[in-house]
Amino acid sequence: MAAQNLQSVPAELTQEADAAGQAHFDRIIAEDSRIEPRDWMPAAYRKTLLRQVSQHAHSEIIGMQPEANWISRAPSLKRKAILMAKVQDEAGHGLYLYSAAETLGQSRDKMMDDLIAGKARYSSIFNYPALTWADMGAIGWLVDGAAICNQVPLCRASYGPYGRAMVRICKEESFHQRQGFEILLELSNGTPAQKQMAQDAVNRWYAPALMMFGPPDDDSPNSKQSMAWNIKRFSNDELRSRFVGMMVEQVRVLGLTLPDDQVRFNEDTKKWEHGPLDWHEFQEILAGRGPCNAQRLERRRAAHDDGAWVREAAAAYADKQRAKQQAKESMKTKEHAA
Amino acid sequence: MSPHGNPETPASSATEINREAPKASPAPQEHHDRGAWGLWEVFVRSSRGLSHVHAGSLHAPDAAMALRNARDLYTRRNEGVSIWVVPADAIAASDPDSKGSFFESPQGKDYRHATYYTKSEGVKHL
Repeated sequence: MAAQNLQSVPAELTQEADAAGQAHFDRIIAEDSRIEPRDWMPAAYRKTLLRQVSQHAHSEIIGMQPEANWISRAPSLKRKAILMAKVQDEAGHGLYLYSAAETLGQSRDKMMDDLIAGKARYSSIFNYPALTWADMGAIGWLVDGAAICNQVPLCRASYGPYGRAMVRICKEESFHQRQGFEILLELSNGTPAQKQMAQDAVNRWYAPALMMFGPPDDDSPNSKQSMAWNIKRFSNDELRSRFVGMMVEQVRVLGLTLPDDQVRFNEDTKKWEHGPLDWHEFQEILAGRGPCNAQRLERRRAAHDDGAWVREAAAAYADKQRAKQQAKESMKTKEHAA
Repeated sequence: MSPHGNPETPASSATEINREAPKASPAPQEHHDRGAWGLWEVFVRSSRGLSHVHAGSLHAPDAAMALRNARDLYTRRNEGVSIWVVPADAIAASDPDSKGSFFESPQGKDYRHATYYTKSEGVKHL
């Protein structure tokens, strides 16, 4: 057997190799083991994962914006430092996920281009505006809370690099949720106006956070296949119901309320239920017609353009150093020869 | 660059992004930017006395930047005391298609494990 480079050129495709590959793939999925980048995988599996992982990466990158807006207006130096750490984490999460997506054969530049060109999707949640300081609390508590609920099962996703990225992300994400909870708790225990501001933020972020889990199960055509492939472990509605149950408990500690009088525990199904959600709004946002879609993309584009000189300078510096190094080495070779 | 050397000294670097080529289903069209930063694999030693373990990958124009980026990306919470970065295309890997034959040698060689020897059961310190 020849040693292989990690980036080896694809082996020639034959029907025989495909059949053997499919059998191997099926066995690994049946054993609930993990698929690794150089394993054979069905084209649809690769495509589904690439879509999911790259959208997830884009969400982290765009997700930096609502909070970055508040760094300069954070109420104390401590809160400013915390918010900066959190936004830096989001950037890190995006990079972990881009790395995972790259192992599926897509270049990072292509993914970046797709995002900037408006061709790629990201989570609907980041197209809502962050209007007050309390929104930093509600985003941490509800949005990151929903993200954790969604992401913990993804740590066991059948695609190795995705699962590993999620493990890393989940470890960091719990700080995000706790700091959000703390912001809300402090506001809730503050002046009546502060408490009102916290309640208002919870009111605005509650429904969008519930919609982060995706459309209802009977309207989520890809879910079934993703579950069969062990990418998804629980359905959208199942995760949403669990999340509602957790929030019901936690909102009491905050001394606030959820803006939903239909939340109840169904004794028959043993599941938490919630009021209706505006799925038309969800679809509108995904179609690019949300409150902040244009603004978010514009900001991302500007940031990319503003950073161009840094990328160019770093590449030029690296080229120069490489040239120097090569000149030095060829000198040495000549000396040896002489 | 020697992974044991000074991390601040740049040396060779990867120049091409071309990662983990798919074995089967054709991957999406590759998009090569000539100025694109190379791909590096990152290994982190979490504390003294332990091995470096693969943490993930990143893009950087050279080794020095790869190390700085790796520090910012993979050790934001004291996860490491030492980092290696390796150009991804410098890593050779075993063939996943060898269907186990590459690793067949230890099969049926239980006698390489201490648990194979049962007659000494109950004997102390053995």
